[in-house]
Amino acid sequence: MMQDAMIDEWYPVGLFSQLDVKGRKTALMGEPIEVALDAERRARVTCGDGRTLPVCVRYGHVWSSLGKPQKDLFAIPEADQPGRRLVDVGAIRVRCSPLRAVENFLDIAHFPFVHTDILGAEPHTEVQDYKVEIRQKEDEVWATQVKFYQPKAAKSASGGITTEYMYRVPAPTCSVLYKTCPPRPGEWDVITLFVQPLAEDLCDVWPWMALFDDVTPMTDLIHFQQTIFLQDRSILENQIPRLLPLDPGMEIPTRADLTSVAYRRWLKRHNYTYGAQLVAQ
Amino acid sequence: MKLYDYVLSPSCYKVRLMAALAGVKLETRPVDFHPGAEHRGTELLALNPAGSIPILEDGDLILTESAAMLAYLAARAAPEWLGSGAPEEAARIQQWLSFAHRLTASLGGARLHEMLQRPGDIGALQAQGIAALRELEAGLVEQRLRGMRFLASDQPTVADIACFPYVALAPDGGIPLDPYPAIRLWSRAIRGLDNFIEMPGIHRLHELKPEPHVEPGEV
Repeated sequence: MMQDAMIDEWYPVGLFSQLDVKGRKTALMGEPIEVALDAERRARVTCGDGRTLPVCVRYGHVWSSLGKPQKDLFAIPEADQPGRRLVDVGAIRVRCSPLRAVENFLDIAHFPFVHTDILGAEPHTEVQDYKVEIRQKEDEVWATQVKFYQPKAAKSASGGITTEYMYRVPAPTCSVLYKTCPPRPGEWDVITLFVQPLAEDLCDVWPWMALFDDVTPMTDLIHFQQTIFLQDRSILENQIPRLLPLDPGMEIPTRADLTSVAYRRWLKRHNYTYGAQLVAQ
Repeated sequence: MKLYDYVLSPSCYKVRLMAALAGVKLETRPVDFHPGAEHRGTELLALNPAGSIPILEDGDLILTESAAMLAYLAARAAPEWLGSGAPEEAARIQQWLSFAHRLTASLGGARLHEMLQRPGDIGALQAQGIAALRELEAGLVEQRLRGMRFLASDQPTVADIACFPYVALAPDGGIPLDPYPAIRLWSRAIRGLDNFIEMPGIHRLHELKPEPHVEPGEV
């Protein structure tokens, strides 16, 4: 499995704000690793075999890689915009493929049924047409002009609104969501899903947000996002097959699944197959 | 009444659920349990030296045990949830209220381990959780034979609310509920109560299709 192109990618391995010198034992793609602060209070990641792994600290998290990353971690320019609240939501462990966690994040059609009365509600179940592309220059999957009726789109939303979304997949286990920002029209709230692959069927999911919201207490922002993600967790743990199929096999996607189709195509093109099932069974 | 609350905590949910069923309005004060560990901070330790949540505050009264909170909410607003007072029923309520601690330790421990990476021997926690579920299943089957749908009576009591959340969330800790038909029927009866509220991982009851109406003689 280690010939997988995903070996050279960056992955989140901890919250920087929670690191200490004692360190935290975790895993990355089946390898035990330890994440700690060194004497100069810099993040340090050590592999079980004693190697010191590449490290960068960005978006509240420590990032590392078992291989040799060819490029810097993807940019989120909004993260540096003044006035945003940066929210460390913390890790939730899920017994599912890291790729399935990302794919679920990209899906809109489940909102009324899984996030009932928050991100969706019957009878507003229709996913209107939206645009999906694999941007060649950035080498990222983008879905734009996604619109959905939501009863309570964000902690800062007081009533139902039609929310506009853009989704972006800049790395195989990371997705960035841009979403209508109720208190500041014209800007986008940024909600990310950073997934740490522990094994092919086990991951720690680190949601993170950069929001314009000066009112809601930080704990409420964290709890809103944890509530949403925990509603997804039980669905993710029951998906079959456990690995994400990259071979269409018996599946029949619909128009609402365009983002997922593009994501899977992009994974396959790059040989990003850790957590994927290559041949339909 | 002020509840120090964490949205993902089954014990906090017990109190929110009981308040909703009894028609009591709660003021909630969100606690950053994860990732912030605020329950171990000085402000909350001063209220509850055990460092656990929920904490319920009502004037001078500070409660730190969820069973006491259920009893208090029921006594204040919906005394029928405390049972009829018949000796056997009263004993069963106390039996299941105490039993609920085993669910918290086993199923709750497995859930914290599997979901929030808390340390623990997952094999042992799951084995103890399964043993507790089997005992609950047997208890519910016996109640059914007595013609009763709930743990202590044919009406729901605080005992049902004390046991329900950790049981319903057992799959979060890697323990499926498929082998327990009596538990599933009981869970449905609870989720079907008026004013029932959900939490992440515990879904509302979807409306069932109406029974097909068959005219006599049509078959």
